[in-house]
Amino acid sequence: MALTVRIQRRYGGFLLDADFTAEDGEALALLGASGCGKSVTLKCIAGIDRPDAGRIELDGRVLFDGAAGINLPPQRRRVGVLFQNYALFPNMTVEQNVAVCLGRLDRRQRRQRTGELLALLRLEGQRDLYPRQLSGGQQQRTALARILAAEPRALLLDEPFSALDSFLKWQLEQELREVLDRFPGPVLWVSHDRGEVYRNCRRVCVLEGGRSSPAAEMRELMADPVTVSAARLSGCRNCVPVRPGPGPGLAEVPDWGLTLRTASPWREGTAFLGIRADRVHPAEPGESNAFPCRVVRAAEDVAFMLAALRPEGVGEGAPLLYMELAKDAWAALPDHGRILAAVRPEDLMLLRDC
Amino acid sequence: MDWFPLYNSIRIAAVSTVLVFFLGIFAAHFIAGLPRLVKGVLDVVLTLPLVLPPTVVGWLLLLALGPRRPLGGWLLDAFGLRLTMTWQSGVFAAVAVSFPLMYRTARGAFESFDRTLAQAGRTLGLSNSYIFWRIQMPVCRQGILAGTVLAFARALGEYGATSMLAGYTPGRTATVSTTVYQLWRTGQDALALRWVLVNLGISAAVLLAVNLLERKEGRVWP
Repeated sequence: MALTVRIQRRYGGFLLDADFTAEDGEALALLGASGCGKSVTLKCIAGIDRPDAGRIELDGRVLFDGAAGINLPPQRRRVGVLFQNYALFPNMTVEQNVAVCLGRLDRRQRRQRTGELLALLRLEGQRDLYPRQLSGGQQQRTALARILAAEPRALLLDEPFSALDSFLKWQLEQELREVLDRFPGPVLWVSHDRGEVYRNCRRVCVLEGGRSSPAAEMRELMADPVTVSAARLSGCRNCVPVRPGPGPGLAEVPDWGLTLRTASPWREGTAFLGIRADRVHPAEPGESNAFPCRVVRAAEDVAFMLAALRPEGVGEGAPLLYMELAKDAWAALPDHGRILAAVRPEDLMLLRDC
Repeated sequence: MDWFPLYNSIRIAAVSTVLVFFLGIFAAHFIAGLPRLVKGVLDVVLTLPLVLPPTVVGWLLLLALGPRRPLGGWLLDAFGLRLTMTWQSGVFAAVAVSFPLMYRTARGAFESFDRTLAQAGRTLGLSNSYIFWRIQMPVCRQGILAGTVLAFARALGEYGATSMLAGYTPGRTATVSTTVYQLWRTGQDALALRWVLVNLGISAAVLLAVNLLERKEGRVWP
C-alpha cells in the first residue's frame, strides 16, 4: 500500500515532472526551493489541480490517469491536506470545524468522535473558540483533528511550519510527529527547510525546477549529495562548474583559474564542484589545494564569521567562494584583506547537473 | 391619506430584492469561474444598468416587454398576461436597476474569499453546494448583506424605469416616488412633503437596522 505519483503538468513556460512513491507509514519529504512546483504537485494529488498527463495511485486505487481519462474529484480521493495557512473555516468553532467532516455519522456518534479527536489533539479547552482566537499551534492541531475526522488514506503537509514563529517550531514538530506516528498511511511532507525534513523524514525526494530526483535516504543526501540541487539543499554554499583536470584526481575550475586535487574519482556526468563553506579554511603550511584570495566581504553571524572570497587574478563576474570560520580563528588571521585559502581533497564534492 | 403607494413600494422592493439576491449571487458565482475575456464582456453587460439613465433602462425594457413587442405581445396573446402598467411591471424595473448593485458587491466579496477554504472543504469530503452555502456565503456575508441592502434601497427609490413601465395609476401602480412626483406636479406640496418624510424615515430605518445587525454579528463571530 502506497502513494505512487507520476505526473506532468505544464503551466506558463514551466514543466512539472514529478515521479515518486511514498510507502505506508512513511513520511517522505518533498524538498525544494519555493517556485519549484511543490505546491502544484500537492494540488494535483489532492485533486484541486489537474495534471496534463500521468498517473496517481493510492492504496491501489487510481486517483488520476491521464490516458484512461480518470480524474476523481477531491471529495472521493481520501487525501488529507494540511494547508499552509491551515484553511480553518472562520465561521465555525473548533468543535464545528471537526464535526463538519463527520457528516457520515449519526448525531450521537458524531459527538462522540468529535470529543475523541479533540481529546487526542488536546483541544478540549478550545472547543467553543473560533479559529481567529487560537494560537498558531492550536490552529494547526485543529486542522489536524479535522483532517483525521475525514479518515484520509494519505496525508499531505504543505510547509506545515511556515506560518509559525521559529522558536515554537521544534515543540510543534514533536506534537505533529506524535500524530504522524499513529497514522498508518503514507505522508508527504513538503518543505524548503532542510533541517525540518532532516529531523522528521527518513527519505527525501528533491524537486528542482519542476523535476523530481529519485527518492534517497535523507542522511546520504545530506552527507554525500550527488546533484547540484541536492548539494544546495543540503546547505552547500559553493557550487561552481568544473571539468576534468590534466591528470587523474585533478579537477579544473575555469571560473577561478584553479586546478584542484580531489579524493573521489571523476564520475560520469560530473559538471559541478561543491565545497561546503565550513570546509574552506586558511591554508596550513605545505597544504596542496591552497590559493590566495581577496576578502570581498566579511559578515559576523551568530556562531561564526562568513567571508566572501575571490581567488586572485579572477574577474569581477566570477562566483565568490564562501568561507565559514570560527570567530577566534578569524580574529587570529594576520590579514583580513587577503587570505591563503585551502580545501582538503576529500572535502571536494563532484556533482551532476540537476 | 391613502397609504397604498407605501404598501406598493415595499411590495415591489421586497419581491425584487428577493429575486435580485439570488440572481446577483448566481451571476457573481457563475462569472467568477469563466475565462477572462468572457468575464470582462459579461461584466460590462451586467453592470450597464447601473450607469445607464433609468429612462434608458425603461425604454429598453419596454422594447422587450411592451404589449406590441415580441415577448410582451406573445404573452398577452397566449396567456393574457400583461407585463406593463401593472404593479409587477414595477418589479421588472426594480430588478433591472438594482441587479448590478447586488451582483457587483457579491462579486467583490467572492473575489476576496480565500479559495483555500473551498479547496480544504473539498479534500475533506464536503459537497460543493455545502461549501458554497455554509462556508463561502457566511464568510462573505458582510458583502452580501451590503449588496442586498443597497439593492433594496435602490428598488425602493426607483422612479425612472418604473414610471415608464408601470406608469402612475392611483391604487394600482402608484409608488412613493411616483406619488411624490405626481403630487408636486399637481401642486399638492403639503401632501408631497408628507411622503418625502415617510421616505426619509424608511431609508433611515433600513440603514440603522444594518448597522445594528453588523454590530451584533461582530460579537458572535470574532
